[in-house]
Amino acid sequence: MTTEVVKEKIRTFIQGYIQVPELKDDEDYFASRLVNSMFAMQLVLFVEKEFAVQVESEDLEISNFNSVNSISGLVARKNGVGHS
Amino acid sequence: MKIELTPAQAEAQQSFRAFVDAEIMPHADEYDREERTPPEVIRRLAELGYLGATISEQYSGRGMDMVTFGLLCEELGRGSISLLSLLTVHGMVTQALTKWGSPAQREHWLPKLATGEVIGALGLTEPNIGSDAKSIESSAVLTGDSYLLNGRKKWISFGQVADLFLIIAQCEGKPSAFLVERKDPGFSSKPISGMLGFRSAMLAELHLDDCRIPSENLVARVGFGFSHVIGSALDYGRYCVGCGCVGLGQACLEASVSYVNKRKQFGSYLREHQLIQQMIANMITSIKAARLLNYSAGYLKDTGDPDTIMETSIAKYFASQMVNRVAQDAVQIHGAAGCSSEYPVQRYLRDAKIMEIIEGSTQIQQIIISTYGCMKLARKKRTKT
Repeated sequence: MTTEVVKEKIRTFIQGYIQVPELKDDEDYFASRLVNSMFAMQLVLFVEKEFAVQVESEDLEISNFNSVNSISGLVARKNGVGHS
Repeated sequence: MKIELTPAQAEAQQSFRAFVDAEIMPHADEYDREERTPPEVIRRLAELGYLGATISEQYSGRGMDMVTFGLLCEELGRGSISLLSLLTVHGMVTQALTKWGSPAQREHWLPKLATGEVIGALGLTEPNIGSDAKSIESSAVLTGDSYLLNGRKKWISFGQVADLFLIIAQCEGKPSAFLVERKDPGFSSKPISGMLGFRSAMLAELHLDDCRIPSENLVARVGFGFSHVIGSALDYGRYCVGCGCVGLGQACLEASVSYVNKRKQFGSYLREHQLIQQMIANMITSIKAARLLNYSAGYLKDTGDPDTIMETSIAKYFASQMVNRVAQDAVQIHGAAGCSSEYPVQRYLRDAKIMEIIEGSTQIQQIIISTYGCMKLARKKRTKT
């Protein structure tokens, strides 16, 4: 799966939960308070199911989840691929 | 689409039902009156593997799928909602540790929790904090290689007997999760009695007075106690409660059907009176609807679908409101007898009310579901235009 495909899947998922006309890949939706606390667990389940990776406690850094780019980077690292 | 239990799930359901009929139903009213759950009942749940129902077999659990676990919750809820609450709070701790515990925490605690050697409970709610859970007042401060916890937790199910508590406290100004043992210095509990329902759930207030725990008892990372650790636990708890409501509703229905088949008024059995038939029909239909919502939530859990979180909230919301209507009708059908200790329906009604309050009140579920629904619909509209 290419990085662009990964990002498109992430964008599509996140846009199901926040009301913004366009989501930039580096937009921090946690800082913008666009999501609620339940979204955090929905995001974890999405990443695990969609990209077949296991999110663990050491991955719990806001910087791993707060934008399309950061999630894409997490997925790449979990799959043993360098950040692109 | 196929909505049908597998043969293994149907077989498990039969065994859960047989256990509840033989060992819980005959004594549940007595436990309710005495406001206690005897230790031998907890040991029996442990022997049957129910306390480790969803814990992986790797850690001595039963490794049940979530639909089967939902069936267990339904059957226990039919027998005793107080007893179900043990499975709920104990399971919330195991769920949180399974998902967010360190390898050392999982290795140490999960086998003990699975076999019932250790009983778990959740310490979230406080005297001043209920629905606004992120604003908890309990605190945790790192001092050397230990955390010092201070605060009060209230309405803690099985807080009188649990050995291990998952406590949420503010650490560095952020909600964080900690494992606290009953034997830890500075920990004490005070029984709570005289509740409306959940009377044998052995509720307690927990006191943390300079309670010192090892630093490795932090679960996950500082700041993720509410969003992730409690997020996982609450989702699990809501599923237990939703399924338990279906079981409680079923108990109301079964008691009512038994009663209308034996009591006569105006020369005919109650079952022949049309206004009674209306109540029975509404019971049957709404219980079935709630059961299907729970099946859906359980199925989504088994497939790891992120929609399970919202579906579980919807199932809990619907089922807990449903069971209040059903329990009220059950008491109404029984008349004065239903208000007495001669019949269990008065317990069912008292317990039903609690189900609308725990693991996120009806009003909190309404906020969650409405906010989510508006987002989804707005997105569909954007996609079309």
